[in-house]
Amino acid sequence: MLPSFTPGEDPGPDFGELMKRVGLRSEPITVGPSDAAAITHGTTCLAIRYADGVVIAGDRRATSGNWISHRTIEKVFPADRYSAVAIAGAAGPAIEMVRLFQLQLEHYEKVEGNHLSLEGKANQLSQMIRNHLPAAMSGMAVVPLFAGYDTKRGNGRLFQYDITGGRYEEHDYAATGSGSMHASTVAKLGFRPALSREEAVDLVIEALWQAADEDSATGGPDLIRKIFPVVATVTAQGYQRLEDEELETRSRYLIGRIESRRGGVS
Amino acid sequence: MTAPFYVAPEQMMKDRADYARKGIARGRSLVAVTYADGILLCAENPSRMLRKISEIYDRIGFAGVGKYNEFDQLRIAGVRHADLKGFAFSREDVDARSLANQYAQMLGQVFTHEMKPLEVEILVAEVGSSAEHDQLFHIHYDGTLVDEANFTVLGGDAEAIRERLADAFVAGAPLADALAGAVGALEGPDRRLPEPELEVAVLERQAPRRSFRRITGDELAALLPPEE
Repeated sequence: MLPSFTPGEDPGPDFGELMKRVGLRSEPITVGPSDAAAITHGTTCLAIRYADGVVIAGDRRATSGNWISHRTIEKVFPADRYSAVAIAGAAGPAIEMVRLFQLQLEHYEKVEGNHLSLEGKANQLSQMIRNHLPAAMSGMAVVPLFAGYDTKRGNGRLFQYDITGGRYEEHDYAATGSGSMHASTVAKLGFRPALSREEAVDLVIEALWQAADEDSATGGPDLIRKIFPVVATVTAQGYQRLEDEELETRSRYLIGRIESRRGGVS
Repeated sequence: MTAPFYVAPEQMMKDRADYARKGIARGRSLVAVTYADGILLCAENPSRMLRKISEIYDRIGFAGVGKYNEFDQLRIAGVRHADLKGFAFSREDVDARSLANQYAQMLGQVFTHEMKPLEVEILVAEVGSSAEHDQLFHIHYDGTLVDEANFTVLGGDAEAIRERLADAFVAGAPLADALAGAVGALEGPDRRLPEPELEVAVLERQAPRRSFRRITGDELAALLPPEE
């Protein structure tokens, strides 16, 4: 049946509310603390601002406790044409959250005939994280990064979150996940205003490499299996994911630089 | 106690149909035409904000004529239906046929059971992987569902427009030609519809996911035949 509502009951352009009205909304699941470690977790993502917008990247590893459960998981997604979301934390709920978030933005756009503002999108995500808090408290935290191109202001913007849905806009760079401390240190040292696209891409690749070097839950570039981090730019032209060929070239270039810095000794 | 007036069912249906048809005829018409790279939707609509044509889902577009608030409610119901279905199952499982059936059921239900029929005619169009798989579902105020090939016309003056469109239609025409045919059919012999009077959108076959795109402003002006 087509969903129809009386004027007072109408959920408007809110897809989450619509799901509640038709009884599709599932409550966040919670587990005991001993089980939480066994759940698949995704780790390090970061985003930095550059001249044309933002570059956002995430490694490809997922872990369950000590195990590497996936080598090719993806943690960076387009949220809509002009924004991207990267996730760290419990993989299952995080991917579900991204799916709902993407749909929420598209649903709003179709019902209203207009995009949400970038600020509006960031707030939407904030509410979704807050609703997830009971699950987060039982060890299944989801902590995304949100980055986008603000078409009204004409610049890239970054948002970081905490598990309560707290939303913090960052000016230059932001990172999330278990390797975020190392990744953000690299981003911090390498950051300059108005980096070029190439410089920004090299910087995120190095940040993820250094995070993988220190954090066992973060995967580095895998030249044998040809697995590279997911890197995407969001600019006035929209969301664009980098091809693996470019990432391989940049990863090899980085490894060459690190080798030469150490005089060929690793 | 007075007995209620007896009205023959035939008369009642006829009155309702007349009422709906009159309401629809007050508005301006709309055409949908298949072309080389998808489906073209073209409406006579002087309003920039109140749309007759819009996006339902990745491959599905919607168009309505008649009473704006009524077909806009139907449009939103369609978006909700499609998004819920796509979320519960998969994006591939959302199709125009099932949506058209739902619309037909709803319009039929309102036509026979409510005080007032909906004064609308709607179109659900789905662009396929190739031209043979393009679908145009035309749904009338009483729930009559018609599956049309190549092109369809919605609105009061449908017969005359349909004749003109049938003359102009060429299968697999490029966009500019299809648009010229559509606009010519809407215009008729005695008037011209300039760019601000038109609402145009396409469902593009080659689009990776969301195929719906509006054609407005300079892009539309460039596609329209030059004024003599």
